[in-house]
Amino acid sequence: MTEPLLKVEGLKKYFPITGGLLGRTKGQVKAVDDISFYVNEGETLGIVGESGCGKSTTGRMLMRLLDPTEGKVTFDGKELTSLSASEMRKARRDIQMVFQDPYASLNPRHSIEKILMEPLNVHNIGDPKERKRKVHEFLEIVGLSSYHAKRYPHQFSGGQRQRIGIARALMTNPKLIIADEPVSALDVSIQAQVLNLMQDLQRDLKLTYIFIAHDLGVVRHISDRVGVMYLGNMAELADTESLYEKPLHPYTQALLSAVPVPDPEFVREEVVIKGDVPSPANPPSGCRFHTRCPFKMDICSQEIPRLAEVEPGHSVACHLYEESRPQ
Amino acid sequence: MDERKTILDVKGLRTSFFTDDGEVPAVDNVDFHIRQGEVLGIVGESGCGKSVTSLSIMGLVPSPPGKIVSGEILFQDKDLTKLSDKEMRQIRGDDIAMIFQEPMTSLNPLFTIGNQLREALKIHKKDWSKNQIQDRAVEMMKLVGLPRAEALLNEYPHQLSGGMRQRVMIAMALLCDPKVLIADEPTTALDVTIQAQILKLIKNLNERLDTAVLLITHDLGVVAETCERVVVMYAGKVVEEGPVHTIFNDPQHPYTRGLLESVPDMRFKKERLYSIPGNVPKPGSIKVGCKYAARCEFAFDRCRVEDPALYQTAEDHKTRCFLFDPKEAKSHDRTIVES
Repeated sequence: MTEPLLKVEGLKKYFPITGGLLGRTKGQVKAVDDISFYVNEGETLGIVGESGCGKSTTGRMLMRLLDPTEGKVTFDGKELTSLSASEMRKARRDIQMVFQDPYASLNPRHSIEKILMEPLNVHNIGDPKERKRKVHEFLEIVGLSSYHAKRYPHQFSGGQRQRIGIARALMTNPKLIIADEPVSALDVSIQAQVLNLMQDLQRDLKLTYIFIAHDLGVVRHISDRVGVMYLGNMAELADTESLYEKPLHPYTQALLSAVPVPDPEFVREEVVIKGDVPSPANPPSGCRFHTRCPFKMDICSQEIPRLAEVEPGHSVACHLYEESRPQ
Repeated sequence: MDERKTILDVKGLRTSFFTDDGEVPAVDNVDFHIRQGEVLGIVGESGCGKSVTSLSIMGLVPSPPGKIVSGEILFQDKDLTKLSDKEMRQIRGDDIAMIFQEPMTSLNPLFTIGNQLREALKIHKKDWSKNQIQDRAVEMMKLVGLPRAEALLNEYPHQLSGGMRQRVMIAMALLCDPKVLIADEPTTALDVTIQAQILKLIKNLNERLDTAVLLITHDLGVVAETCERVVVMYAGKVVEEGPVHTIFNDPQHPYTRGLLESVPDMRFKKERLYSIPGNVPKPGSIKVGCKYAARCEFAFDRCRVEDPALYQTAEDHKTRCFLFDPKEAKSHDRTIVES
């Protein structure tokens, strides 16, 4: 088997809670607490979870926009977590990001040409003439026209802005694109256009995606494998088909059963979970889901379940599956 | 035919915003009605006029620049558009109540939950004693499934989670036994597991209290799950109206069909999503013809010059599309069947 393009081991991010007169650290928010996964070249890994589960923090750590508290990220044979700031800047040529809000992530004072040229300037790619040509080329690739280059972000609709955001990410010919909720701010009809575009680009440019989203329908559509996060932990990680058809973790089951389905005849199998997500500053002991879990056992509040493969390509972190594991 | 009597009847509503560029009709000649105890969904994308419709019913259109230009909103034989501010205040929060998308911004952060719940009762139930008001507040908090109701009344909005705040909003809206509850994107700001709880609650209360619910949303899944009838809006107009089963199983308007096709389904993988070409038009930018013509794959010459009427295609099903004009139907029947 070939090496995966990206490998994440034991990644953690704790944010300090400061307070009081001297601003001392009073506690920690464990936004991401010991997660591991890998992404193969050319595939799409979806990461889903509710707000506060740590999915965006994870994405930002992979780019080192946030420095991890602990853990190792290996990309294309290089260990990103040990690079210096300037080496990391060079490495970002191969890892680019697409953000959620196409209104906030484009500078309103810059023309589209300037916005798209910036990555080329930063990474010193080509001469000015070539850069201009590349801007026009990529505008066409994402379904806009080269005459759009002279315009400013406010002249575009939300869907078009997200296309510009994608074009910007593509400028440096990256290998990996981390897309953090790229379609959640868009209307349904526009969302479909952007998802189709992302799939076309993946096929044509041989891209690898990490697709972070809360919409389970969208994630199923675009992903080859899906990881489900809950309160900073990876609860389940599996091939898309296997995860959606046969979810193992009680949280995944509840999450899937909560999604409204656009079919009035559909009868759901209901897995009701009560209450709200606990605060990540004071997470429950043991399995973080045990306070809401319908299948809670004694061990769940005492011991943290480890993410382990119970079937080929299907890993889950739950004490219910402890016995079925190959020892 | 449904026997329940119509409780709210919107007829030919046109609500416009007057800007430097002239009149921009956000809601244009909209007709629909809600029957007693019914859950009616209004679905559409941003800028389709669904929220302005609900604000028009509540008399909350910001004025200026907004104004109800023409049309009637009939509630219990009264035309709400003709009422004075004072008369409207008596209806708002009493007979017709509303819950909003963002429960944090709709609650006052400086007052306790109890304070805000009691205020509505003090205004509408002038003859009630303090104890009566307090009891009613506690009763409603329990009804919407909030734990430790008495204690929560003394807490402030920031002490509650998003889901709990939305429950408080619902409790507040239901205090005076409204005949109609308008819910404008009530679950959009919430996580899916919490969304499921809130939708269940709304449906449950609708059945128990026989309150009619007008649910405004962009999420077709939410509509399928909670509504009995659906109104689809596009660019300020009602483009299709019918029972939820008909709309989802036999959609007629090309926009409704496109919208349904473009949603990724959680239950199975579609190879490729259908996508409607182009963008949602800016309100007021299309002056002649069908508003959807520029994005429609079935559009023909007439669509670009003439505004289609809302054609009755079945007893309870209406579509604003020339393909369903009896005069056109013969020549275009095939396009629809074969596609």
